[in-house]
Amino acid sequence: MGLLDVNDLHAGYGPVSVLHGIDLTVEEGAIVVVLGANGAGKTTTLRTLSGMLSPSRGTIRFDGRPLAGKPATFVRSGIAHVPQGRGTFPQLTVEENLRLGAYSLGRQPYDDDLARWYDFFPRLAERRDQRGGSLSGGEQQMLAVARALMMRPRLLLLDEPSLGLAPTITQNLFELLRQLNEDTGTTMLIVEQNANLALALASYAYVIESGEIVTEGPAETVGADDSIRRAYLGV
Amino acid sequence: MDATLFFNQVIGGLASGAIYGSLALALVMIYRSTGIINFAQGEMAMFSTYIAWQLTEWGVNIGLAALIAIGVAFLAGTAIQSSIIRPVEGADHLTQIMVTLGLFFILNNVAGWQWTFQAQVVPSVFGDEIFAVGDVRITALSIGTVIVLIAEVALLTLLLQKSRIGLAIRGAVDNADSAELVGISVSRMLMVGWGLAAAFGAIAGILVTPRLFLQPNVMFGVLIYSFAAAILGGLDSPIGAIVGGLVVGVTENLASTYIDFVGGDLKIGVALALIVGVLLIKPNGLFGRGEVARV
Ligand SMILES: Nc1ncnc2c1ncn2[C@@H]1O[C@H](COP(=O)(O)OP(=O)(O)OP(=O)(O)O)[C@@H](O)[C@H]1O
Ligand SMILES: [Mg+2]
Repeated sequence: MGLLDVNDLHAGYGPVSVLHGIDLTVEEGAIVVVLGANGAGKTTTLRTLSGMLSPSRGTIRFDGRPLAGKPATFVRSGIAHVPQGRGTFPQLTVEENLRLGAYSLGRQPYDDDLARWYDFFPRLAERRDQRGGSLSGGEQQMLAVARALMMRPRLLLLDEPSLGLAPTITQNLFELLRQLNEDTGTTMLIVEQNANLALALASYAYVIESGEIVTEGPAETVGADDSIRRAYLGV
Repeated sequence: MDATLFFNQVIGGLASGAIYGSLALALVMIYRSTGIINFAQGEMAMFSTYIAWQLTEWGVNIGLAALIAIGVAFLAGTAIQSSIIRPVEGADHLTQIMVTLGLFFILNNVAGWQWTFQAQVVPSVFGDEIFAVGDVRITALSIGTVIVLIAEVALLTLLLQKSRIGLAIRGAVDNADSAELVGISVSRMLMVGWGLAAAFGAIAGILVTPRLFLQPNVMFGVLIYSFAAAILGGLDSPIGAIVGGLVVGVTENLASTYIDFVGGDLKIGVALALIVGVLLIKPNGLFGRGEVARV
């Protein structure tokens, strides 16, 4: 049994059903990637895993216990979600963004965390008094990741972290994620369009199509399979 | 020009301006957190003032009665948000306007039915003393009103800028989805926002009624001036609301004193002219800001 176990997950928006029975497992400490075409249901899957969307059927088990309810419940259990696009607070300063990241810690002191992530993302330290919305796209993505880390997550959900970033910046970000996983053992579930980079980072991969998992396997195997690459990854 | 008359009018204007600023602050809080213009803000204030007045009729000291009414207003504000405002969050503006107008009429009618339309005297929280500086006369109520306004702004600023819940409120207003994702209950923050706004409104009502007398329609004119103040200040800026309130109060007094045809009857026209003028010349108001965003 993994840190996260998802069983027969169905979800959608009002009358529109999008997910038709997703099963997936993420082992503690692993980096797992979810690949798939536009509109396949990747974002919908992550939104369900962070409580932003309630499943119509199926179960989510986290650390062996069933998980349901509001996003705050998921956050308190240790799931941090970096949403697709800019998941920052544009009108708040970088530092305020990070402080809000620690909101779920309640009154626990978190100044050490702040120092640690400033150390890890020096660009953010330089811009700590600047408004979130005034950062570049790459800096905002770092801010969104750092803010998620402030809540000391056990599982980090990342929705297309490379979206809108230049190739070199994307590489930097992925390198940071790898380092983070090594240093802290934080488990990650990443949705990504950049299949090559993602498969190089991850140990296990799922391919999703029209709301269903169509292929899964070790990242190397999925990455090496030409038919999968042509059919689903467009590479 | 008679200097004494001038100073008396300016001081009177600042005192009413402080009240407009207080109610404008309530309008701005709601507008910033939900994008809703709360047309019932004045009636909520009137209703809270009746509660304070009713308590004094029962023999409670006005200071204590005011505190109780402000507390009740806070709770009622949170209840109004969660019962009738939450269902229209995200609805179109016309629907939201209808809901706050509906609340306006309900509060107005219930107050009239419960307390009649007869004007009541609400005692001043700051007593009835009048100080004289040379020929210029200042009432204790005027001084108290301005001090209360300054305290309100200071407290609100401290709350929003320095406290954990204040940061959470600003986050919820800035990006509701991201707020949920860090574990903030956005709906609870909006409830607190409505509660605070209702409390500010109650303060404005309690401070203005010793001068205007209390009856169910008392806040109508005050609300128009407060709209003028909020729009002048830019609708999304608390400091703008206060400065706007003071400007409107002083302008109103000076115009009715020095411009013959304005007099007492056309005073409200000055407020309306200010609203229209600002909207034409500076649609974002004096302190309104564009959003900081990079696309
Ligand atoms: N808020 C919404 N209301 C209704 N339908 C939606 C909503 N969000 C997404 N959908 C639909 O759900 C389906 C899956 O969307 P989803 O955002 O999960 O795709 P995705 O795999 O993340 O795509 P992309 O790679 O473009 O981000 C799409 O058909 C989309 O039209
Ligand atoms: Mg998506």
